[in-house]
Amino acid sequence: MAEIQEKSGGGKKGGVKKGKKLSTRIDLTPMVDLGFLLITFFIFTTTMSKPKTMDIVMPSDKPLPPNVKPTLVKDYTVMTVLLSKEHRVYYYLGIGSDPLNPPKVNVTYFQNKNGIRDALIALHTRVLEERNNGAAGHDPSDVPVVIIKPDTTCTFDDMVNMWDELRINDIQISAMVDISDVDRDFIKATETANGG
Amino acid sequence: MSTHKLPRKSTHIDMTAMCDVAFLLLTFFMLATKFKPDEPVVVKTPSSTAEVILPDNSILLTVDKDGKVFFDYDNKKAKRMLIEKVNEEKKLQLNEEEMVSFVNGASFGSSFSQMKQYLDIPPMEQKSFAFTGIPIDTSYFAATNELAYWVQSARRAGQDQNPLKIPIICIKCDASTAYPKVKDVIKTLTKNDITSFNLLTSLEAAPFGTELYNSQQAAAKTH
Repeated sequence: MAEIQEKSGGGKKGGVKKGKKLSTRIDLTPMVDLGFLLITFFIFTTTMSKPKTMDIVMPSDKPLPPNVKPTLVKDYTVMTVLLSKEHRVYYYLGIGSDPLNPPKVNVTYFQNKNGIRDALIALHTRVLEERNNGAAGHDPSDVPVVIIKPDTTCTFDDMVNMWDELRINDIQISAMVDISDVDRDFIKATETANGG
Repeated sequence: MSTHKLPRKSTHIDMTAMCDVAFLLLTFFMLATKFKPDEPVVVKTPSSTAEVILPDNSILLTVDKDGKVFFDYDNKKAKRMLIEKVNEEKKLQLNEEEMVSFVNGASFGSSFSQMKQYLDIPPMEQKSFAFTGIPIDTSYFAATNELAYWVQSARRAGQDQNPLKIPIICIKCDASTAYPKVKDVIKTLTKNDITSFNLLTSLEAAPFGTELYNSQQAAAKTH
């Protein structure tokens, strides 16, 4: 592309020497090449957007002051979620504290259809309906509560997904608690019932 | 019939305009760029719908997939104050050069006993250091738990440097990290009265038809 001015060999003899007219146009192609090369470099090294974060508030480990009574959750508003291996999610309604009457444990996954989300939506609508029915202990200000119990086999991904599901389904009260042996037995029983 | 000859056009294109565009973009990217410090570990964060932007002046705790914890602080001035304090309190005998290396370097992820050895390595080769992760002791208190010590000292240094801005703690954890490792980090924070912190996640859209989706749509309409 570069223009090369050729010398015309053996032209006119004698005569007046004319100053050669050089073209003022410069070929910019290499400069464009260089420009885009540098652009590519900067695009690859740049961090344009700041990363996004999820803000989490954990309960304090400090004991409550003696004059403050802890708020007790009502059994009908609660769903307990157990996070287990291979991204499995076990859930049951209530806090599962009655050994004579064990809860029905279901197993599911984080998925858009028939996953834990549908169970949370069902909990949400049911609590909103039942809180106004005037039964003993039901109060119109009750809200759904989810208790998360991660097993040692679950991963960070599962925790974030679970918190995210709560955000997605507008469940504002949740707590993360250590898993108990009773819950581990629930998982085992469900596993054997489902054939591993 | 006479054959109609097309006029010969020059194949030369004037590159000036293209050159202008290229350099305009180049200038933009050069000004907008902020070099990523070379992180010692690759962490693949989980995704969530959370949209809170990572605040400035944050203490970053990176947890890799094996549960090794790394510490970093994006406030350079406070980080400098921090290392001076740590050097004095833990009697690390770091010299000026090593402290500068710490302030400008990437996340640090080893015990105090290995610190001097690590900072002696030229910055370009620090990445290949055999990190063991910041030790977490099950007492969760700063006297023996090195992570708790780091976090507490960094918060103090941040507040000394700018009393109006309390540093925020951000955990960047790999999606496949086992829960017990994550729990140790979180427990260390809550035991030291840090109950609010941020988890770094990559953004995904709210699923269609959910409560969150609807409220986002409603918010978008009112604007």
